[in-house]
Amino acid sequence: MSESAPILTAYDLSMVYPNGDGGIQALAGVSFTVSRQEFVCFVGPSGCGKTTLLRLLAGLIAPTYGEVVFEGKRLAQPRRRIGFVFQQANLMPWRTVLSNIVLPLELQQVPAREAEDRANNLINLVGLNGFETSYPCDLSGGMAQRVAIARALIHEPNLLLLDEPFGSLDALTRERMGAELMRVWEARTVTVVMVTHSISEAVLLADRVFVLSARPAHVCLDLPIPLPRPRSLEMTHTGAFGKLASQVRLAIEQG
Amino acid sequence: MTKDEQTGATLLPRVSTRRKFTLWTLPVTLLLTLLAWEAFTRWSGLPAFMVPSPRAVWSRFLLALDDGSLLRHTVVTLLEVLGGLSLGLTVAICLGYGLAKSRTIERLLAPYIVASQSVPVVAIAPLLVIWFGTGSLSKLLISALIVFFPVLVNTVVGLRSVPVDLRDLMRSLRATRWQIFAKLEVPAAMPVLFGGLKIGATLSVIGAVVGEFVAADEGLGYLINVGRGLYDTALVFVVVFDLVGMALALYGVVAGLERWLLAYREVTSRS
Ligand SMILES: Nc1ncnc2c1ncn2[C@@H]1O[C@H](COP(=O)(O)OP(=O)(O)OP(=O)(O)O)[C@@H](O)[C@H]1O
Ligand SMILES: [Mg+2]
Repeated sequence: MSESAPILTAYDLSMVYPNGDGGIQALAGVSFTVSRQEFVCFVGPSGCGKTTLLRLLAGLIAPTYGEVVFEGKRLAQPRRRIGFVFQQANLMPWRTVLSNIVLPLELQQVPAREAEDRANNLINLVGLNGFETSYPCDLSGGMAQRVAIARALIHEPNLLLLDEPFGSLDALTRERMGAELMRVWEARTVTVVMVTHSISEAVLLADRVFVLSARPAHVCLDLPIPLPRPRSLEMTHTGAFGKLASQVRLAIEQG
Repeated sequence: MTKDEQTGATLLPRVSTRRKFTLWTLPVTLLLTLLAWEAFTRWSGLPAFMVPSPRAVWSRFLLALDDGSLLRHTVVTLLEVLGGLSLGLTVAICLGYGLAKSRTIERLLAPYIVASQSVPVVAIAPLLVIWFGTGSLSKLLISALIVFFPVLVNTVVGLRSVPVDLRDLMRSLRATRWQIFAKLEVPAAMPVLFGGLKIGATLSVIGAVVGEFVAADEGLGYLINVGRGLYDTALVFVVVFDLVGMALALYGVVAGLERWLLAYREVTSRS
């Protein structure tokens, strides 16, 4: 898989947030390449600039230095072919589950019938049947995050960016959601770039794990995960898994 | 799990008793007030032109209803109020949008807007009557003026409270300016805006009456002036109740609209 053409390349990304004295440097020369249909995870210490990196990759902010190339073109603004899942579910509280999910299509003026058909497929995929007309205030954290994932997938982006999507969930829900995300990724032709602070989550889900150093962040480890697919939670107890996980942990500690 | 169920079980009856409580308290307190009022007028020895009895007020009400004067003046004031409310709302929301969106507009206008609020409306009312005549227009403007500020502030606060992540979401989906306005900013600002709207609705009645006090030949404020001049105190009472009713009705309409539009905020019971 990783032999195919790159979908996303970051060249020497640096980001300095302006403030009173000199600014806060969040990123210092982050470079990497992601291939089509790859699943990559970024791990790094808290506050190192992970959200900043994803916002750059989404075209929501412009880097101070360096550039992002997406599908062969320099990224200067957000693209519809990039889906974004935020750290919080970030749903519109005044919209039902169904109408939250169709929002991206609604903004592109896709006919409502077609939009709803596609939404219903996704609702099946993420297991939210029966909740179409519920409002976000009636959903648990895990359900809300599933809605957010369905929303990010509905306009069939080629690249899905996820910013610690399961960060606010309990450990059990988190494991289940990770497995579900893997299933969604296998069912669709989408490239996934996910930020997480859980080492085992990263090793279990990803084809490749990038470790970011403490702020200002740069990539201090690019580790391919050669574990076979489909993967299951049982793999976390194997020696191979443990070795990979400790490599990641070491890199974070030395980062 | 069981803990949740327990709290749910204790919560439900508490809510319903509270509702029952408000259902019977209102008529009872009303009745008690009327009785106390009646007793006061009987035994205080004050003349009827100082404090008329509830029954005198009631018969004055029927009289004013009968000769059509109450209805006529109520309609005049109501139209001024509705006109002032619409005008005040429109201007405040448009300007609020500009203030929330543009630092330049804010820097240019904010000092004047804040300063204008230290001038009491009662003090500018005569000016507006001089400039716009003693007809309904000057009252409408005074009402609009008094509605303006709370709605403006709430518009700005509401628009500023739109979550940054939702803005980013809309941007990442390449939403147009108009789509961001209609599908994000308006619904997100709605709860805060309704707060200002409720205050504005009650204030609008005050604005119109203040204008009518200054100079008018019709409207409820005028009717109060007439009643005062004739020592027809019962009539003044009637008009005061009429005004209270009008303000409550406006508030009720806004609150009802709010409950209808913002129904999504109520957690529907799971289970
Ligand atoms: N809009 C901003 N303006 C100024 N500084 C910012 C801004 N956003 C982030 N920063 C700073 O940049 C640094 C990196 O922030 P970022 O949110 O990217 O980190 P993170 O790795 O996502 O953190 P977390 O683990 O808490 O999610 C932090 O020191 C933060 O204070
Ligand atoms: Mg973050």
